[in-house]
Amino acid sequence: MKKLVLSSIIILIGISFIGRLSYLQLFRFSPDQILDDPAIKRVYDYPERGYIYDRNGELLVANQPAYDVMVIPREVEPLDTTEFCQLLNITRERFVAQLQKARTYSPRLPSVLVPQLSKEDYARLQEKMRKYQGFYIEKRSLRDYNTPAAANVLGYISEVSEWDLKSNPYYELGELTGRTGIEKQYEEILRGRKGVKLIQKDRFNRDIGPYKGGSLDTLPEPGTEIHITLDKELQEYGERLMNGKRGGIVAIEPSSGEILAMISGPTYNPELLVGRERSANYSTLHYDSISKPTWDRSILAEPSPGSPFKTLQALAALQEGVITPETTFRCYNGFYVGNKKRGCHCGGGLRTMNSGIFRSCNAYFAGTFRKFFEKFETTDAGMDVWEKHMRSFGLGDYLGYDLPTGRPGRIPGKEYYDRVYGDGRWSSTYIISNSIGQGEVAATPIQLANMTAAIANRGYYYTPHLIRQIGDNLVDDPTYTERKYTTIAPQHFEPVIRGMADVYEKGTAKWIQIPGIDIAGKTGTVENFTRIDGVRTQLTDHSLFVAFAPVDNPKIALAVYIEHGYYGARYAGHIASLLIEKYLKGEITRKDLEKRMLEKTLEHEYAKPYSGEEFKINEYVW
Amino acid sequence: MSGSVLRRVDWLSVLIYLLLVLMGLLSIYSSTYDPSSPSILDPGQRYGKQLVFILISVGVIVLIMALEAQFYERFSSLFYVVTLALLLGLFLFGKTIAGATSWYDLGFFNFQPSELAKTTTALALAKYLSDIQTDIKKVRHQAYALLIVIIPALLIIPQPDPGSALVFFALVFVLFREGLPLWYLIVGLMAVLVFIATLVFGTIWVGIGLALILGLIYILKKPSFKIPLLPVLLVYGAAVVFSLSVNFVFENVFEQRHRDRFSLWLRLEKDPEKLEEIRKTIGYNTYQSEKAIESGGLKGKGFLEGTRTKGDFVPEQDTDYIFTTIGEEWGFLGTASVVLLFTVLLLRLVHLAERQKNPFSRMYGYGVISILLVHYFINIGMVIGLLPTIGIPLPFFSYGGSGLLGFTTLLFIFLRLDANRLNEWN
Repeated sequence: MKKLVLSSIIILIGISFIGRLSYLQLFRFSPDQILDDPAIKRVYDYPERGYIYDRNGELLVANQPAYDVMVIPREVEPLDTTEFCQLLNITRERFVAQLQKARTYSPRLPSVLVPQLSKEDYARLQEKMRKYQGFYIEKRSLRDYNTPAAANVLGYISEVSEWDLKSNPYYELGELTGRTGIEKQYEEILRGRKGVKLIQKDRFNRDIGPYKGGSLDTLPEPGTEIHITLDKELQEYGERLMNGKRGGIVAIEPSSGEILAMISGPTYNPELLVGRERSANYSTLHYDSISKPTWDRSILAEPSPGSPFKTLQALAALQEGVITPETTFRCYNGFYVGNKKRGCHCGGGLRTMNSGIFRSCNAYFAGTFRKFFEKFETTDAGMDVWEKHMRSFGLGDYLGYDLPTGRPGRIPGKEYYDRVYGDGRWSSTYIISNSIGQGEVAATPIQLANMTAAIANRGYYYTPHLIRQIGDNLVDDPTYTERKYTTIAPQHFEPVIRGMADVYEKGTAKWIQIPGIDIAGKTGTVENFTRIDGVRTQLTDHSLFVAFAPVDNPKIALAVYIEHGYYGARYAGHIASLLIEKYLKGEITRKDLEKRMLEKTLEHEYAKPYSGEEFKINEYVW
Repeated sequence: MSGSVLRRVDWLSVLIYLLLVLMGLLSIYSSTYDPSSPSILDPGQRYGKQLVFILISVGVIVLIMALEAQFYERFSSLFYVVTLALLLGLFLFGKTIAGATSWYDLGFFNFQPSELAKTTTALALAKYLSDIQTDIKKVRHQAYALLIVIIPALLIIPQPDPGSALVFFALVFVLFREGLPLWYLIVGLMAVLVFIATLVFGTIWVGIGLALILGLIYILKKPSFKIPLLPVLLVYGAAVVFSLSVNFVFENVFEQRHRDRFSLWLRLEKDPEKLEEIRKTIGYNTYQSEKAIESGGLKGKGFLEGTRTKGDFVPEQDTDYIFTTIGEEWGFLGTASVVLLFTVLLLRLVHLAERQKNPFSRMYGYGVISILLVHYFINIGMVIGLLPTIGIPLPFFSYGGSGLLGFTTLLFIFLRLDANRLNEWN
């Protein structure tokens, strides 16, 4: 009996020990605790970030060194705060706050105390750094821009956020990551891989040699340089033309889908988001809620496509066989929807497809649209076919280009109208505004440029993209090299393109021809409404223009969208023609036109809705 | 040594002893590893010294086995007196290391008599209890027996080495085996439970809880089984008074460092900032050793690969905290093996003790088991954070010549007695 008592005690002790040990070593154990093992220090070796070049090998983005002051709160010893703050060029309050923040994050891991010192501050500080236990200087690489342009495309890099830290274990506090644009899209390629050295430490925090003899250490893999499809010169020129104007421009090479220029106005110099002033500058830009310089209009603005959309109506109608190019509609300086007359500026008369396009006749396309729907027994059936054709040009959905942001635009389908008007309670007359690119349709400038490229290619497009070359390898990702065919047969494109060419020859853009270059284009003037104090108010029209050139062997297709630019040929048309000339000829012959575009701003238009006074729209001052 | 001894010695115990000693040597090697002197034979390093002590231990084993079994019983009183003299002598000639005057400087090594005292006290106790005239039911004889245990403990406490002194009280288990009424033990255990419960829950809840338990027993008991009410109420009253006195002692008699140890052990502190503070001060050892053991996982980091061991994050890692090395480098497989080895050894020793025909051998066997069990229980319990910090070594494992020799002597005298059990008639 007593023998059993002692044996039971021995077994009970054994069981409780095994229980406690399995709790410690099996349940509480986590395999990546090397990360918070106080005995192992990790020292990083950051590779240089990859350079970015343009399509012609011109350098766009390089690197410059910068110096962060880092702190390991646990190791901080009492110090002369006043002197240290003076050296760092910060206030005492900020120093205390930053130190507290670092301590909250981790007393043991390094945090950034003061980011990105200037070279001068670094030089002064370096000598005295030894005095301050727990602080050290970490060299980092910052971006150095070789162009004042393309900030919206290139994006910027900034310190990782807490969310980044949680979602991607690669990063540690204080490291940099691509935040927007190309920098974000190609982060892993540009970044490379940091090298790490594991150092064994003792409890006095002294290094006592490499951990496991350095067998787990890694060498940094350098970032890879990339070439993007932008044409530096064209991009810079386009941004200069956007002086004082808001809007977006996208130019695409139709034969490859490569984006030649992607311009948003207003924009900012990418240098602003580098260095110590980055966050102050970013706030200024970000909180400018009126002109929104950080909002990339070339891919995020979704205006109604306006008259350029008419070309697609002609193509769809030809494809469905409801008209021929010779079919005529009469324009009564407008057309009737029920009893209500909708206006037209084409001058009136009998319109064929050709004159319908080059004079941008609303009545012709309203008629075409009606005929299109008459072919089908129900509006629903017609709507489905119409939607399919429109979407085949890359409208109404994300295009799939290689930037982290975008908008889908809108091609309304029957579900959309069922929702708005009720099932079966609408007909083609409700939606006829879509035929002239007003109404419910919406498209981003890049979608319009892509649509134009599809027309220029006579029936297909390549997904627009910015990446051209990674390291030494030209990009051959099938996403970007496979043709996306539209639902329109190739033969139907010629009459429409003829009409678009005549826009320059004798139509709405007659005044902006370029000597020696055949251009096909289409103007657009888009009605523009806003709410001022809750009242729906019309503002000066948006100016829109799509074009490609040369007509027979297209090298460039573009869409220009200028907010409050009035009619299509005015600002958008002019800018488009200058860009085409610049790209195809390399120089501008029409110097007076160029000067006017570089100097003229639309700030007075943009100020109108905020002036609080009565104002006129669509003024004919030029 | 005669051939019969070799045949009759309990080889299972010997095997486990050897395994534990070798694992201990490897752990000491890893804990104090000096890359500039990696040879395990280097007598300038602790692992070299330990190896020397292991060799000396082997010699001692041979000597113990060679002597007649009766020798130990016959001379146990003499051993005991010599031990007491040695403990007394420390007050005059002792050498002080780390604040404790526990050693004689013998030149080639420091001899710690308290390690030897464990063996001789066990022998003396067995001798006294096995005497035909001793009746453990008599209070006077109980007191004598206790005195044998307490005298060396009282000599060791002022060294100061309260941890080692505590071990002597483990010999009380022998008395229970030999007929000391079991309710002494039950009362003692209850007192410990009330003590802990008072610290964790407070006197009011202890009072309510005890009342509930007693009430429950009253309700559930068979109606025919009568329990007199008055003694139960007296016991209840005594428990509550004891609980109140615990509060008083804890708040007024204990010093802050004692309170800290208890609050660390019983996880009384909930405030995360104070917890962090405790981890850096009083709880540093426990926190670091728990962390190191935890980081070993299932399979451990491998021999000589323990990062926290190398970084010396756990203090005393070659002596009292040697078990963390096993935990970090050999993982759960290693720690569980050690626990298993100790469990098997102790159970085996219980079996051996019970089969002794000679009462002296049996009582000495229980003494050996009590001492080993208490060391093993307190040491590992402390290292893995189940018990408060009490600095005593892990038998056969921890670095230290006196300790290794002491435990070896303790164990092998018993194995020698066991090997002789069939010759008891002469």
